[in-house]
Amino acid sequence: MKLSRLLVIVAVLSLVAVACGGGGGGTPEECEADEFGCVTVAAGEPIKIGTLLVITGENQTLGLDSQAGAELAVDYWGDNAFDGTVGQIAGHDIELVNEDEGCSAEGGTAGAQRLVTDTQIVAVIGTSCSSAALGVADKIFGDQGIPLVSPSNTSPALTNPGTHNPFYLRTAHNDTIQGAVVAEFASQELGAASAATIHDGSPYAEGLANAFAAAFEEAGGTITDQVSIQTGESDYSSILTDLATGGPELLYYPIFVAEGGLITQQAVENGSFTYLAGSDGMFTPDWIAAAGAENADGVYISGPDLSQLAGDADFYENEFLPAYNETYGEPTSVFHAHSFDAVNIVLTAIEAVAIEDGDTLHIPRTALKDALFATENFPGLTGTLSCNENGDCQQSATIGVVTVENGDFSDYVYSATKGLEG
Amino acid sequence: MTTSARRSSLGIFSRLPVRRIVLIVLGVIITVAAIAGARATLATGQYSGRVWQDLFVQGLARGSVYALIALGYTLVYGILLIINFAHGEVFMAGAFTTLFLAGYLSSSGFMASQPVLSLLIMLAFSALVSMGVALLLERIAYRPLRGAPRLVPLITAIGASLFLQYTFRGFYGEQVRAYPNIPGLTGDWNIFGISIDRPRVVVIGAAILIWSSLYVFIERTKTGRAMRAVGEDREIASLMGIDVDRVIVITFAIGGALAGMAGILFILLFNQASFDMGFVPGLKAFTAAVLGGIGSITGAALGGLVLGLIEAVGPILFLSGAGIPSVGQLTSVVSFTILVLVLIFLPGGFLGAPEEKRA
Repeated sequence: MKLSRLLVIVAVLSLVAVACGGGGGGTPEECEADEFGCVTVAAGEPIKIGTLLVITGENQTLGLDSQAGAELAVDYWGDNAFDGTVGQIAGHDIELVNEDEGCSAEGGTAGAQRLVTDTQIVAVIGTSCSSAALGVADKIFGDQGIPLVSPSNTSPALTNPGTHNPFYLRTAHNDTIQGAVVAEFASQELGAASAATIHDGSPYAEGLANAFAAAFEEAGGTITDQVSIQTGESDYSSILTDLATGGPELLYYPIFVAEGGLITQQAVENGSFTYLAGSDGMFTPDWIAAAGAENADGVYISGPDLSQLAGDADFYENEFLPAYNETYGEPTSVFHAHSFDAVNIVLTAIEAVAIEDGDTLHIPRTALKDALFATENFPGLTGTLSCNENGDCQQSATIGVVTVENGDFSDYVYSATKGLEG
Repeated sequence: MTTSARRSSLGIFSRLPVRRIVLIVLGVIITVAAIAGARATLATGQYSGRVWQDLFVQGLARGSVYALIALGYTLVYGILLIINFAHGEVFMAGAFTTLFLAGYLSSSGFMASQPVLSLLIMLAFSALVSMGVALLLERIAYRPLRGAPRLVPLITAIGASLFLQYTFRGFYGEQVRAYPNIPGLTGDWNIFGISIDRPRVVVIGAAILIWSSLYVFIERTKTGRAMRAVGEDREIASLMGIDVDRVIVITFAIGGALAGMAGILFILLFNQASFDMGFVPGLKAFTAAVLGGIGSITGAALGGLVLGLIEAVGPILFLSGAGIPSVGQLTSVVSFTILVLVLIFLPGGFLGAPEEKRA
């Protein structure tokens, strides 16, 4: 008796469930058709955008700067003013959910897994470091149909057709561009005929070192050595002694703050290298502090040239930067504008695909991804953004080179714009 | 080694168990490979005498720092038979705290006018801070566990190590910070016709001086004799009227002070401090202590220098001739392979007591 009554209850309940799920309850057919379904934002609920950036540890200046750019974009959205009010889409606030990626594959995995537990996350801005994204965060989000848009990943591998995840995009330049500009600067401006590179095994550093080496050799230079180092050590002097036997004029080590500082110090001490150069992973006052100002002086550092913003330079100088300074102080890195753009293309895409259903908002995931990849001639802060099928939204980039003078980064001493193709 | 040695007809190997023979064969293979690698490297002629000289001095300098930290491990082990895994953090505490004193000395101009005195003040201050941390560690983390099974203080040590790291991260932040340059310590000095970086000369010289003072202290003073007695047999020593607790406190104090001074020497070489700076050098120094024979202070010095030299010279000498790229990345592989080799042939390290006598 009891069992049959239970069965009846179960049967009735499942009928109700089927009826509700079946379309009468108002899930639009776009959501049914979408492989990953929709994010449904109920009335009064915010639209959640994740950020997965390096916001703790020795490279935190890189991620905190991008996070600031993202927060400013959310502020600016809708009312086109930096007034501290968050932007809205169809009456829903935009909310950022911030996670840390620790500038490592392990950190990227952990942070991404924390974010995907929240099924309301529509898209994610990140990661800061290529190592946190490549094969890790890009896959975890891609498997859930969540687009990942990075403001500062520059490793060529992330957008190589073989390794590109279909849900991954970036507003940062591809390092094939940066490597080529540094090589051009080294061979033409400095007149260096030979160079050696050091990377730390991270996709960013390895990709950039290789891109540089290829372009430098193409320009007629000689690469005497390309080595990788183990991070977390203190003494790299024997590696530098070894490299010096090849007699390179330039030592290029596009790595991060701690090892970058040590190698700067020990290379100056070694004294065999005429020129030292690094890239955006070291483009922060923290690196100068780690190296010691006396040693950092004269080292060349490359990164996106924000003084030559192909976008709206006037807006950047007179509106964006003052707003940034007011809330966050001086920028500690060079990717805040890329982060601002990343949030804007995401929000624009959400606006384009979101389906309003009374006060409820449905955002079909695959359609959102397609809209992001369809971004064409978007007027961004860093230039005109057009995303290609591999997720590169920066079809050309202006890379600048600065040097260090009296413990401070100088103005750009060299700057060049190059396209992604050649 | 064990009573279960199998009889076989292998002549001189007949008393050794099969496992041991396998290990020895493995050791011989690695040694032969290393010699072949070294010959191939030297045959390329890519490295001049000057390069080897540089590498040698670099190795001696970092080995000196390892040696001083290793003394702390070895002293404590010699007396308490525990491995103080928080010793790397004791080292960090001194070096990281002295950063602020150094900053003050530098900005007040004192360092520019009195570089030698500044360096001595920094050494003393760092030694005091590290000593304080080591004493607290002994009082809070180890003394309550005296007499507990040896695994217990080991776990406590790991906990204390993490506790100290994150406490100092809380104090000083997680950024990597650079020390101010000490004037007069840039450039080279010419010693016996070899030009050597000045900081390396100072580090090697200071390490020799510190080690010799310790040696004299342990061998010639009454307290030193008491320490040796407690190391020999704690119970008998206490029956003979030696205050064992006091000896243990002194041991930790000396180990801490040595680590603090090693911290400043480390800074002279690498110029950077951070909350996790103690971890890798601590691990290396522990390796050095084992390599030299844990419990022996001469062994710690020898182990430190050998490890430093292997790290600096080894990868290039043994591997680059074999056409392996980026040999610098394999530093730890080389040094730990050598450690395994040494332990195969000399299970107690270079100068350690034979196994039966310990524990």
